[in-house]
Amino acid sequence: MFVTIYRLFQIIEKLRVMSEDVKKTKEPSEPLFSKKNKKLVTDPLTDNNPITIQVLGICSALAITVQVEQGVVMSAAVLFVLIFGNVIISLLRNLIPSRIRIIVQLVVVASLVIIVDQLLAAFLPDVSEKLSVFVGLIITNCIIMGRFEAFAMANKPWPSFMDALGNSFGYAWILILVSIIRELFGSGSLYGFPIFGSALPGEEWGIYTMGYMNNNMMILPPMALIIVGIIIWIQRSRNKALIEEH
Amino acid sequence: MAVNRDSNGYTFGFAIALVVVVGVLLAGIAMWTKPFQEKNEEVKKKMDILKAILVKDDYSKITRKNAGDEFENYVNLEEAIVLDMNGVVKDTAAFDIDIKKQFRDKNLEEKDKDYPMFIANIDGKKAYVIPVVGKGLWGPVWGNICLDEDMRSIKGATFDHKTETPGLGAEIKQDFFIKGWIDEKISDENGDFAKFEVVKDKSGSTKESKVDGITGGTITSKGVEEMVNRCLLPYIAYFKSLKN
Repeated sequence: MFVTIYRLFQIIEKLRVMSEDVKKTKEPSEPLFSKKNKKLVTDPLTDNNPITIQVLGICSALAITVQVEQGVVMSAAVLFVLIFGNVIISLLRNLIPSRIRIIVQLVVVASLVIIVDQLLAAFLPDVSEKLSVFVGLIITNCIIMGRFEAFAMANKPWPSFMDALGNSFGYAWILILVSIIRELFGSGSLYGFPIFGSALPGEEWGIYTMGYMNNNMMILPPMALIIVGIIIWIQRSRNKALIEEH
Repeated sequence: MAVNRDSNGYTFGFAIALVVVVGVLLAGIAMWTKPFQEKNEEVKKKMDILKAILVKDDYSKITRKNAGDEFENYVNLEEAIVLDMNGVVKDTAAFDIDIKKQFRDKNLEEKDKDYPMFIANIDGKKAYVIPVVGKGLWGPVWGNICLDEDMRSIKGATFDHKTETPGLGAEIKQDFFIKGWIDEKISDENGDFAKFEVVKDKSGSTKESKVDGITGGTITSKGVEEMVNRCLLPYIAYFKSLKN
């Protein structure tokens, strides 16, 4: 038993040394929109997409992509929280004790979200009503914690800002694409506007009068997983470098 | 000065400082925004009641700004009544009752719960607004049921929720779901309660006391069914006593 504990301590010590090393590497000063910084924004859009490559934030991608409007609202909310959170964590990165860094990150993201929620409820009540359920989803979004831990803890505020921008847009376009497919074939509308007509009993119009029916499977969460799977498939068949070798 | 960031002292110090800063910040913001939030909630409550009594065209003119005045035009709060669980009138102010809070309160006994009803006048006709509250899949659901002059047929309704799944359970607030409730009767000719049922087979629009549920939102739909069936009971008793 003592041996196990000793091993555990060894591992923790190793991790600590590793994290120290990461923080010690100093970057040379570089222009704001250097190639490296631009890559921080463009990479997560395609070859390092948080959803399709890192498979983070899947929970929210499955839950709220039934309608385009919700996809857009969620993307905007994540954009906001990720940018502020990444910059704050990056500013604090040299002060945060490594043993409690995850807790600190969690506190930062949770308080950010609550502050925004309170302010919206007081001054923009209509927006606040729309956001209601998303508040909890943002706090638990793995992309946010993932970027804090993997990037903001080891980088300066500006690159962290760019990284946040890239990752939230990478998240947003997948979310919106999935919700377009699901809303169009599941409800026959886009952003609430009827595209295929109306399927309300007694008031059918559009192609529903010809016997077309909405695909109810599209409304259920498993279909989101299948659509995300298809996107991953297309992406990997276009870029063979993404396929892992085992 | 070099500080050992891995020492226990520093870790504890940082944690305490963080908690204090965040705690003060959050508490300060909560206290500062509370009066604004309460005002918004009151306006929202009035808007929900107006939404239940008005037809869509009239309701579209209601904004957060004019909701207070419009509410007074239609609803006379002095006429509003409060019932107990057996449908007997109580002497309490109806608008201040927070039925959501009462529903949440586990220590509150059933007999002490209040059942408010607002009475509206639309073009000389009376309409009765009954607020309802229940639980959905993830959190509370609530709404208002508006009855026509005959105290039986549903004239309008609103449903709302706190945390139902967007696109699924959250659809209870949409018109297509509310439409299913309109023109249903809450009681038969003798004034006895006609229990509602949320169905899956799309028979809701043709059969009495049946309402179409939402695909993928079954638990929330059933929550609404339970809420309406439970909350309407005291009012049925009250209407029956009026009749006799």
